Amino acid sequence: MGIIKASKLIYDYIKRDEDGNPDGTRRAVDQVDIDIEAGSFVAILGHNGSGKSTLAKHMNALLLPTEGTIWVSGKDTSLDENLWDVRRTAGMVFQNPDNQIIGTVVEEDVGFGPENIGVPTPEIWKRVEQSLEAVGMTMYRHHSPNKLSGGQKQRVAIAGVMAMRPRCIVLDEPTAMLDPNGRKEVIRTIRELNRAEQITVILITHYMEEVIEADHVYVMDDGRIVMEGTPHEVFARTEELKSYRLDVPQVTELSWQLKKAGLPLSDGILTIDAFVDEIMTLYKKP
Amino acid sequence: MAIECKNISYIYGNGSPQEIRALNHVTLTIPDGQFIGLIGHTGSGKSTLIQHLNGLLKATEGDILYNGESIYAETFSMKSLRSKVGLVFQYPEHQLFETDVFTDVCFGPKNLGLDDEPIRRRAREALDLVGLDASYDDVSPFELSGGQKRRVAIAGVLAMKPEVLILDEPTAGLDPRGRDEILDQVAKLHREQGMTVVLVSHSMEDVARYVDRIIVMNHGNAALDGASKEVFRHYRELEEIGLAAPQVTYIIHALKEQGFPIADDITTIKEAREAILRAMGDKT
Amino acid sequence: MIRDITIGQYYQTDSLLHRLDPRTKLVGTLVFIVSLFIAGNWLCYALAAVWLAGMIRLSRVPLSFIVRGLKAVMILLLISVGFNLFLTNGETVLVRFWIFRITLEGLRQAFFMALRLIFLIMGSSLMTLTTTPNQLTDGLETGLGFLKKIRVPIHEIAMMMSIALRFIPILIEETDKIMKAQMARGADFETGNLIERAKALVPILVPLFISAFRRATDLAMAMEARCYHGGEARTRMKPLVYETRDRMTYLAFAAYLAAMIALNRIF
Repeated sequence: MGIIKASKLIYDYIKRDEDGNPDGTRRAVDQVDIDIEAGSFVAILGHNGSGKSTLAKHMNALLLPTEGTIWVSGKDTSLDENLWDVRRTAGMVFQNPDNQIIGTVVEEDVGFGPENIGVPTPEIWKRVEQSLEAVGMTMYRHHSPNKLSGGQKQRVAIAGVMAMRPRCIVLDEPTAMLDPNGRKEVIRTIRELNRAEQITVILITHYMEEVIEADHVYVMDDGRIVMEGTPHEVFARTEELKSYRLDVPQVTELSWQLKKAGLPLSDGILTIDAFVDEIMTLYKKP
Repeated sequence: MAIECKNISYIYGNGSPQEIRALNHVTLTIPDGQFIGLIGHTGSGKSTLIQHLNGLLKATEGDILYNGESIYAETFSMKSLRSKVGLVFQYPEHQLFETDVFTDVCFGPKNLGLDDEPIRRRAREALDLVGLDASYDDVSPFELSGGQKRRVAIAGVLAMKPEVLILDEPTAGLDPRGRDEILDQVAKLHREQGMTVVLVSHSMEDVARYVDRIIVMNHGNAALDGASKEVFRHYRELEEIGLAAPQVTYIIHALKEQGFPIADDITTIKEAREAILRAMGDKT
Repeated sequence: MIRDITIGQYYQTDSLLHRLDPRTKLVGTLVFIVSLFIAGNWLCYALAAVWLAGMIRLSRVPLSFIVRGLKAVMILLLISVGFNLFLTNGETVLVRFWIFRITLEGLRQAFFMALRLIFLIMGSSLMTLTTTPNQLTDGLETGLGFLKKIRVPIHEIAMMMSIALRFIPILIEETDKIMKAQMARGADFETGNLIERAKALVPILVPLFISAFRRATDLAMAMEARCYHGGEARTRMKPLVYETRDRMTYLAFAAYLAAMIALNRIF
């Protein structure tokens, strides 16, 4: 069993009428089975409203399954006694950088998590220093979060999670509100954490460029996992991705269109280099 | 008929020790009927610039002419300027406040002091333009999806019947399909109503696909200004100021370097596809 | 104008005052305020001025920054000066017109009142300028920890204060943004009678409340995800420990208070 495993996971939101009485349900996550290997970089793709954020919130026990089970590091999240272990194992970073920073000074925010789980003071300082270093924000430790760029704020949020020494970080659309440079900054940071510290990364996003280097990709639509595989395997099915309101990087799109027009290119080309190689081989062929 | 910025500068916190020069002697003209992309990294002055175009910010120096008339003249009506130059802010759905979609869209025309009948007509037209039919009229805007909310907010500006529409990153946070829907609708407004459009965007791919002209802001200056092909030809300069060209441009340059016969001013997938197929066909 | 309020803002630098324990600063501020109410003659005010100047110097906060905070309370200041000026009875009448008269005593009183208020505001802004909101709430929480025994949720109150302080600048910026967005839709906040103006606020207040609630929900979730569960079993990254400098400061403030009382008695 991987670090996060879900079996037949179902989550129903309860709709309420104007007086707050329950009035039917809406299924946000529907019969999801996932198994995420420790140390891997996994991406969950899906359009807005596909259920990907709802699924993410189960990994931190912020939401509990209506039916089915999810285990984090072997612990069933629905059991009360596992709650704090689950939250320490799987840290969570959210979309809006402003709404997840509690401290008024960067280092105090990073220390917030360790304070909550009762880490002794000298150890908190050590962890804060290491976490800020890991995300490259040490020089901003005394700054107010309000003065930072979006990308920097997200890195502080990641440091805040790292300071709790999780084995896994779940990032729920961490780049949706950032500009391209901030986006790159955040993706670089989490890739680095994945490589250098063997932290399992679960990245929820709808930006296709961000998943190219993932080990495994899940695509969600209407609460279900509809596609899964390596980025290469998933992007090879360009037409299917489009039917789920998603997109492919321009290079993949271009090769797919050329292929449709009759050029014998391979499926799921993800990089410019691979594309240029194939075109040149074709071009030089007599 | 145009908006002309004449040597405008804007300083935040003028006179205080923390003053920031957000615009630095910008001169440019936005003629009727153009579809302009305004790009630049965060803090380059693009948001400050667009707030000058409808008079929300007043230039510290310089003058802005709307159809030849200075907007800072005492006789000039700011209210009419704001109806002629519609500005859609980033995350515009955050400004919705009424209990139903239709009433919210009526807010703009109501502020113009119109009668009930034209207000309702305009609101209906604006909602049609963004593709929301009458079945949405009585729905609370807060029950809609993110993309729909955003369209309601854009309709709220369109109901003022602007001649110029400025959108500050209208696709931020939307998924790929939601993004295409909004941009296609904006392109349609430009094409069918002849509306002048200024699109502020971080996505070079979107800019390349839709606009005729690009203005690149950097350090409060219009660093580059020209036809989009012309601007993306300078992709190395764009990189120096923290921007980039669409991925297609990089593909084309990589191909060209390998000796593939292709024009280097290609910026969209459609052009690239045609050029590559042509070159492959010519080979034999 | 709302940006001019320096009370509650933090000025980032490193100084002796910044390093002091927040409890020391809270008590010091309190002593200073008390001393202002003791002060009854010129010498006392001179002492307070010198003391305040010394503190400002030690804090390394630019004077202009502290003075700016006074702008926001100017009206309050003028009203109280006015009251003292016109309503103090005295023997030496300087000016007389209609039902008003200004006496030498009134002038003196008004002047002292103005000084007292100015010093009070400068002194308390100095505390907030040199203490991060977090330290301040920590100071309050620890300093008032005894209230927990009588079931006052002091940790929760302190946490609420610190979150409020963090979100005030964000909400101010947001208000500005929403105002501009509605102005772009032709909204007018500047003309009309009182009722019309109050009505014009609805398009600002509704989105602002919605946004504040959204932020609150998000923040609550983020805090929960980081294992927040109230003040129980929580450790501190920056526990409050009195250092030598704090003891010295207490002594200095005690000496200052004694000097103030003495000056007031003797002259």
